[in-house]
Amino acid sequence: MQVESKVIKGLVGNHAVAYAVKQAKPQVLAVYPITPQTTMLEKLSEYVESGELKAKMIRVESEHSALAAVYGAALAGSRVFTATASQGLLYMTEMIYWAGGQRVPIVAAVATRAIASPWSILDDHHDFVSKRDAIWIQLMAENVQEAYDLTIQAFKISEDKRVLLPVMMGFDGFILTHTLEKVELLPDNVVDAFIPPRDFNLIDFSDPLGIGQVASPEDYIYYRYEAQRSMERSREVITEVERDYEDITGRKYGLIDCYMCDDAEYIIVSMGAWSGDARVAVQKEREKGIRAGLLKVRTFRPFPKDEVKQIVGKSRGVVVFDRSVSYGSGGVLANEVKSASYGLDVPIHSVIAGLGGKDVRPLHMEKVLDDLALNQLEDERWLL
Amino acid sequence: MVNVQEGIPIARPKIGSSGFTGSWRITKPVIHYDACTKCRLCYFYCVENSIDLQQDLYPKIDYDFCKGCGVCADVCPTKAIEMVREVK
Repeated sequence: MQVESKVIKGLVGNHAVAYAVKQAKPQVLAVYPITPQTTMLEKLSEYVESGELKAKMIRVESEHSALAAVYGAALAGSRVFTATASQGLLYMTEMIYWAGGQRVPIVAAVATRAIASPWSILDDHHDFVSKRDAIWIQLMAENVQEAYDLTIQAFKISEDKRVLLPVMMGFDGFILTHTLEKVELLPDNVVDAFIPPRDFNLIDFSDPLGIGQVASPEDYIYYRYEAQRSMERSREVITEVERDYEDITGRKYGLIDCYMCDDAEYIIVSMGAWSGDARVAVQKEREKGIRAGLLKVRTFRPFPKDEVKQIVGKSRGVVVFDRSVSYGSGGVLANEVKSASYGLDVPIHSVIAGLGGKDVRPLHMEKVLDDLALNQLEDERWLL
Repeated sequence: MVNVQEGIPIARPKIGSSGFTGSWRITKPVIHYDACTKCRLCYFYCVENSIDLQQDLYPKIDYDFCKGCGVCADVCPTKAIEMVREVK
């Protein structure tokens, strides 16, 4: 049933996510500050200090320790949260793999940011996509509202017993973290009912067990197989959680989002905040008589292969916009789309843009779509 | 009993589940009990928990798991533990 009493506030992305975390009522937080995530940590600290959020905020000396701390707390049965970005996510990487391999329910927000060298504090997706093989569910938000919604959904997905995987919620650094937007917030009691307290743990002193020890080759490959199966199962769970969320909020999300895809000849594929710009570009193209459409990838892991293939198969040409590159190969999202579209006879082009915060506007996307429609787009184009 | 989901990597405690690491040893610690003062330093320092205390509080080495690192011999204040080469 849809919630009647809507609270609408103006919030920057970091504060919207902090608000969602407060409503999810985690018991343990461990966060190390890093631009552009810092104001989220400040807000969370305020909530803990004022007693609005009854949680233990562990002050750690690094991102590696931050994830190690919430990893242990999550094993013991706590609902946990951490957040980071860029170099912090890289420093956290060893524990990222531990948490994924152990399949611990953790929610981590990543305020995406470029990686050194050269140094940059501005947005791109290199940090986020570098964790694609770490057995984490990876969701990506388009706007502040979606960042708020995804954070709440992330706790439910992560703790679902069919899944039991950590969830990374990515949202573009500065573009979303520091932009004030109108956000529709759920009442606390609705969130309480949506994500009830965690009711299970792995640590029981009367029944000791070992966690994180050596596995024989037979056991190791078995557990990795189980992790893959859990990832596959999570598609269904994510869809289900989103459906439940839609019932409450009326906001519809999916593994992918399609904008004007139904009769589209030319598809632009994107992930994250600039999907908003892509929507504008699609509208402009339509005005010019070019049947364009947007395919937004919301779940990077598990990757929505079937959904992408279906949309791509109906089109005449596809261009994938990437904020990250697998150097020596190509755009990361473009490679995913190509792989999912195996067997189709549709040209898939790659555009690399927006690295290190380089501004990308609807106009840039329009030009690319124009060239795609005129068959003048290279396989890989960099918007320098 | 913890209800662990199938497929989550955990292990139940079991002696020797990862093999008998004593076979890695090339030098073996041997306690000369006449020199032992029951100070228990070897017991505290053993990195593999391979030294247990007997009823009379004298230490006893579990050779199934002792890797022969020699820490016990090094910390023994009365030099009561001798490292004997096992490999010929």
